[in-house]
Amino acid sequence: MAYGPKIIDHYENPRNVGNFGSGEQMKASKSIGVGLVGAPECGDVMQLCIKVNEQTGKIEDAKFKTFGCGSAIASSSLATEWLKGRTLDEGMALRNTQIVEELSLPPVKIHCSVLAEDAIKSAIADYKRKNGMPVEDHDHDHAGTH
Amino acid sequence: MSLKLPIYMDHAATTPCDPRAVEAMLPYFTEKYGNSGSRNHRFGWEAEAGVDEAREQAALLIGASEKEIIFTSGSTESNNIAIKGAAYMYEKAPAGSKNRGHIITCTIEHKAVLDPVKRLVKEGFDATFLETARDGIVTAEMIKGALRPDTILVTIMWANNEIGTINEIREIGALCKERGVIFHTDATQWVGKMPTNVDADNIDLLSWSGHKIYGPKGIGALYVRRHRPRVRLQALQDGGGQERGFRSGTLNIPGIVGFGKACEIARLEMESDAIRLGRLRKKLETEVCRQLDTCAVNGHAERRLPHIANISFGFVEGEGLMMAVKNIACSSGSACTSASLEPSYVLKGIGVGDDLAHSSLRLSLGKWTTEEQVDYTISEVVKAVKKLREMSPLYDMHKEGIDLSKVEWAHH
Repeated sequence: MAYGPKIIDHYENPRNVGNFGSGEQMKASKSIGVGLVGAPECGDVMQLCIKVNEQTGKIEDAKFKTFGCGSAIASSSLATEWLKGRTLDEGMALRNTQIVEELSLPPVKIHCSVLAEDAIKSAIADYKRKNGMPVEDHDHDHAGTH
Repeated sequence: MSLKLPIYMDHAATTPCDPRAVEAMLPYFTEKYGNSGSRNHRFGWEAEAGVDEAREQAALLIGASEKEIIFTSGSTESNNIAIKGAAYMYEKAPAGSKNRGHIITCTIEHKAVLDPVKRLVKEGFDATFLETARDGIVTAEMIKGALRPDTILVTIMWANNEIGTINEIREIGALCKERGVIFHTDATQWVGKMPTNVDADNIDLLSWSGHKIYGPKGIGALYVRRHRPRVRLQALQDGGGQERGFRSGTLNIPGIVGFGKACEIARLEMESDAIRLGRLRKKLETEVCRQLDTCAVNGHAERRLPHIANISFGFVEGEGLMMAVKNIACSSGSACTSASLEPSYVLKGIGVGDDLAHSSLRLSLGKWTTEEQVDYTISEVVKAVKKLREMSPLYDMHKEGIDLSKVEWAHH
């Protein structure tokens, strides 16, 4: 598949690959939220981890690990870049269409951006649950199909 | 020494044309441009002489007589003529009725066999699609179990195009002969690479292509047995009655001449090529699997073509992997389906799980593949898989001892 330069760049130089410790360590830490979305048999799994600063309420760091195609890797890499420095509400407001636009994702790859939005929401929801904050329902007003 | 990139490791998809074949073809475009069907002048005669020589070269490669060779546009056409032509000729009941006859094939055949058989099923024939075990081999025992009194045709590929496994062709042929059933084999990946003798191997109909054996594209042949038994086919294309009426249409003479030359070269050189490529492929498989954990060679380890390797890598995804090995021209699953997101039906057909079927590479070597290219391929593949595993949450989970099949995934 022929990809645009931004996808190739994120794929070849992915930003913020990693996590904040083992699965158990991240589960135990109240300042960390983890979102794990997708399924291996569908060909994409994204793990997005956020670290939230309790004083400012802002996401001070974000990391990802993704099993998937070039677009999935690029979408999650971009998501981590965008999350850093944002509040939880700002993070929740990010939409897959913005990812589609920024990376010029081809139509058959829109599901990758949907998955990245799901990963963001899921990581924020995980953080909120750990900290006893109300968690709103996942809204599914994505562009494109699941 | 600097390598020219990308490296072509996709010889099971197609091969470069041998310059000796190109050279043989050239006069037939501009000088000897006659129609082999023109009986009244020199132009026709010299074209016919070129075709006759090519027919001998093709026949010699498979131990047939030249009268048994039908030139076609390639294996897809040969398969269609053989499968549909035999079914219509040996049908038990006429068009429009049911139970017209039973055909045996296998789930991991090429689409150019599966789809003609599926069309025949729609037209009132019945078919059994055999499933192989994990080794990918179709055995004579499997055929024996599927044969019925109304079986008219067995069509089983000689060697698989994705995983390179070799079926029990001679034994299946003997069984079919004993039961009086027509036996066709799609030998596209086999002929010209490995020794073939249609008599000793008990073949009635055999398809192959020029472009898989360093000949030109758009040309192939169908072997049709003339004695014991004399195989009859209903023609699919009507017209001038060329190729003994099996395939009407003016002959592709430059293509046929190039095909003949490629057959001749293959006959003389395949043995040494096979030995060399078998060693290189083994090195490729062994080194990749030694340097990486959780990877598997698909298909039987020994009963396989010398030049096709198919390896699955756990915890990485196929398309991402293809992007990471951008300096290696190879295929993920099958070239025909690489535009879709579906995992290879061949790998699924032999029971490879979705996870591994999604992340396989078919690396196929050719006559001009060097050891240096193979060494580079090994290092690129290992580097790519390691890079993607660094990024893979599944690999982390695996290392933490989590059984991925027990995880409840959020399907979207």
